[in-house]
Amino acid sequence: MLSRVANSIYWMCRYIERAENVARFIDVNLNLLLDMPTEESEQWSPLIMTTGDQELYEKKEQVYNAEEVIWFLTFDREYPNSILSCVAAARENARSIRETISSEMWEHLNNFYLELIKEESIKMALQDPNRFYNIIRMRSHLFTGLLDSTISHGEAWNFARIAMMMERADKTSRILDVKYFMLLRQADLVNTPIDNIQWLAVLNSASAFEMYRKEKHRVTPRDVADFLIFNKQFPRSIYHCIAKAQICLHRITESPNGTATNPVERLLGRLKADLEYTDIDEVIQSGLHEFLDDLQTRLNQIGGVIGTTFFNIKPVTAATTSEQ
Amino acid sequence: METFQTYDTEDFFDELVDENGSPRPGVQILVDKIESLPNGDLTLRQKEAEALLLKMGITFNVYGADEGTEKILPFDLIPRILPSNDWQQIEAGLKQRIFALNEFLQDIYNDKKILKDNVVPKDLILSSKTYRKECEGFSPPRKIWCHITGTDLIRGGDGCFYVLEDNLRCPSGVSYVLENRQVLKRTFPHVFEQSKVRPVDEYPVKLLDMLEHLVPRNVQSPTIGLLTPGKYNSAYFEHSFLSQQMGIELVEGKDLVVADGYVHMLTTKGLKRIDVLYRRIDDDFIDPTVFRPDSLLGVKGLVDVYKAGRIALANALGTGVADDKVVYAYVPKIIKYYTGEDAILPNVPTYICGEEKDRSYVLAHLDELVVKAANESGGYGMLVGPHSTKKERDIFAEKIAEDPRNYIAQPTISLSRVPTIVGDRLEGRHVDLRPYVIFGEDIYVQPGGLTRVALKKGSLVVNSSQGGGSKDTWVLLPSPQ
Repeated sequence: MLSRVANSIYWMCRYIERAENVARFIDVNLNLLLDMPTEESEQWSPLIMTTGDQELYEKKEQVYNAEEVIWFLTFDREYPNSILSCVAAARENARSIRETISSEMWEHLNNFYLELIKEESIKMALQDPNRFYNIIRMRSHLFTGLLDSTISHGEAWNFARIAMMMERADKTSRILDVKYFMLLRQADLVNTPIDNIQWLAVLNSASAFEMYRKEKHRVTPRDVADFLIFNKQFPRSIYHCIAKAQICLHRITESPNGTATNPVERLLGRLKADLEYTDIDEVIQSGLHEFLDDLQTRLNQIGGVIGTTFFNIKPVTAATTSEQ
Repeated sequence: METFQTYDTEDFFDELVDENGSPRPGVQILVDKIESLPNGDLTLRQKEAEALLLKMGITFNVYGADEGTEKILPFDLIPRILPSNDWQQIEAGLKQRIFALNEFLQDIYNDKKILKDNVVPKDLILSSKTYRKECEGFSPPRKIWCHITGTDLIRGGDGCFYVLEDNLRCPSGVSYVLENRQVLKRTFPHVFEQSKVRPVDEYPVKLLDMLEHLVPRNVQSPTIGLLTPGKYNSAYFEHSFLSQQMGIELVEGKDLVVADGYVHMLTTKGLKRIDVLYRRIDDDFIDPTVFRPDSLLGVKGLVDVYKAGRIALANALGTGVADDKVVYAYVPKIIKYYTGEDAILPNVPTYICGEEKDRSYVLAHLDELVVKAANESGGYGMLVGPHSTKKERDIFAEKIAEDPRNYIAQPTISLSRVPTIVGDRLEGRHVDLRPYVIFGEDIYVQPGGLTRVALKKGSLVVNSSQGGGSKDTWVLLPSPQ
């Protein structure tokens, strides 16, 4: 497969997964607001923290309130991680690989974008946000479903899955980090109703509440973190994402699991092993924030190495004849 | 809705309606259908078709407009219908013409017999901007030069077809032919079925057959690619569509590199050799080491590999010289020279500004003539005399005086018209016809082609960049008699 094509598939999928996660964060936050009459700014700043883009936000906006945050995260074309920017970028990537993906995927992404830029979309986001963000999420699910059911599960599909899994692992770690960081600073809130609601929100933004309930009865910070990091079966847990990404990676390189023929396999394999041989108590003891911070750095590193290993191949024998 | 009952041909040749206002042979079924539609239904179907095209992303980018400005090529639901006897003449004429032009290309880059025999002036060819010295002494695989052509035809007031221009470089538009047909089949399924329309869908198969025909004989499992300038090119949709239909690689210049004497693709698993390229990049941009050094679209070293016979290109390099608008004037002689036959499809009478007698005639009659620059396409660099202002004519007079070799002029032909949906009624609009021809093991003419329509009332310019749209073209099977 052409490196450029693999690169476009990879980013198309990361952007869609990113858009979906932003929609999740906003939606859960809106629900949370209904339950907790607190200062508005305290409610909306964590959302920006989750994205890691406070600096960008503060350059553009003065205050943290619903309207500004929602607009910034959803429709701001100048903010590269807004839902609109993500969907636009995914569509541009898709356009350059229309011959590789299925027509259904392209038409869906094209429509996703065309609907989003309509005047009515902005109106709906502000007046009926619940419905609006649900639509965004469903469109992302539909995309994932089309990816799964309309193209062959070959190299392109495996790159797509890696992209999704890497993005998802990153987003799950961020939401956990922000909530944990924020909640534990307010020690007096621990085990109060508000605390509980906050943890429920964490689970909800990962669509994890129902699955969590099947395994655990009480909602405690420890168990929630354990579930979102280490659960083997839940499709949004960090471990699950890493393990699935590794399987797809080895399908691409055709090297057996447990071996490493390139830097991506080495780094990803090491991360998975670390997750396998660690448990939640160990993590909490040495600091969840530090653990997640380190995890994000490693995910970024792996993303970078995927780029240099598969997408920017420089010909070995022709170093002098091409600089393109 | 006011449809065919009130339709007025206004003394133009109309493709669907004869001079008495009756439907031409084979058109009645369509007319009956349209007449039977409830009020407003046709407009509704037209809107639905446009929405469908936008949703499918069948859009093109307008040069000079903001990045991301996408438009669908305006599309009109009323098809142009061609009876089989008209088509037989077109098909035979195109086969003859393309065969002769291919002979011509092989000749001028090798033996130059036609130049030595003074049938075509030697200076004219050797001074052409699109004559490629790099191709002298070169024979492409199977001696085929113009693998894919899109020849522009028009029908005049006399009902005869004329060749308006040859496009032997990278003709575009065939994807619209295929997509328009899809839309029409959905819109008028019954009319379509009853009218006995010849299919156009085998085009991608024919194209792939031709590309495979070019594979060097010693290559076992060849890799074939379509070379595109990238997603910002106005024809990008077509590039992507055709490569998907054929199941070949869609590559950009930056995906290719020359190593060890071959052209390779950069893949996730290293270099992979490529054997045939259907290239949709002009000669000028294809290899910065040979042609324009500022080109970022091409592949460094490609031309060397090509001349060594290690990669095939469709179309071959240097075909532009044969669709030069001045060379065009000589095509009837070229056909006669290589085939011994008269041209089946005539040219539009053409005045060559490089020749003194013609030039003074042209300068004296600018208000009646269409003037064209030799190497411009897309309707740019053109003066339509009867629709021009004094100022525009003065500018062209100056241009012609400066560089007479670069201009030709033709009488204004009153292009035929086809009923077209305008608001809630049908009005005649002028059309041309671009059939697509593939030269592989034999010569194939796709039965149909792109009917381009000038949507502005009275306009004769059909180019999409200048307010043109398209229609589906139905070539009918011979009626059993």
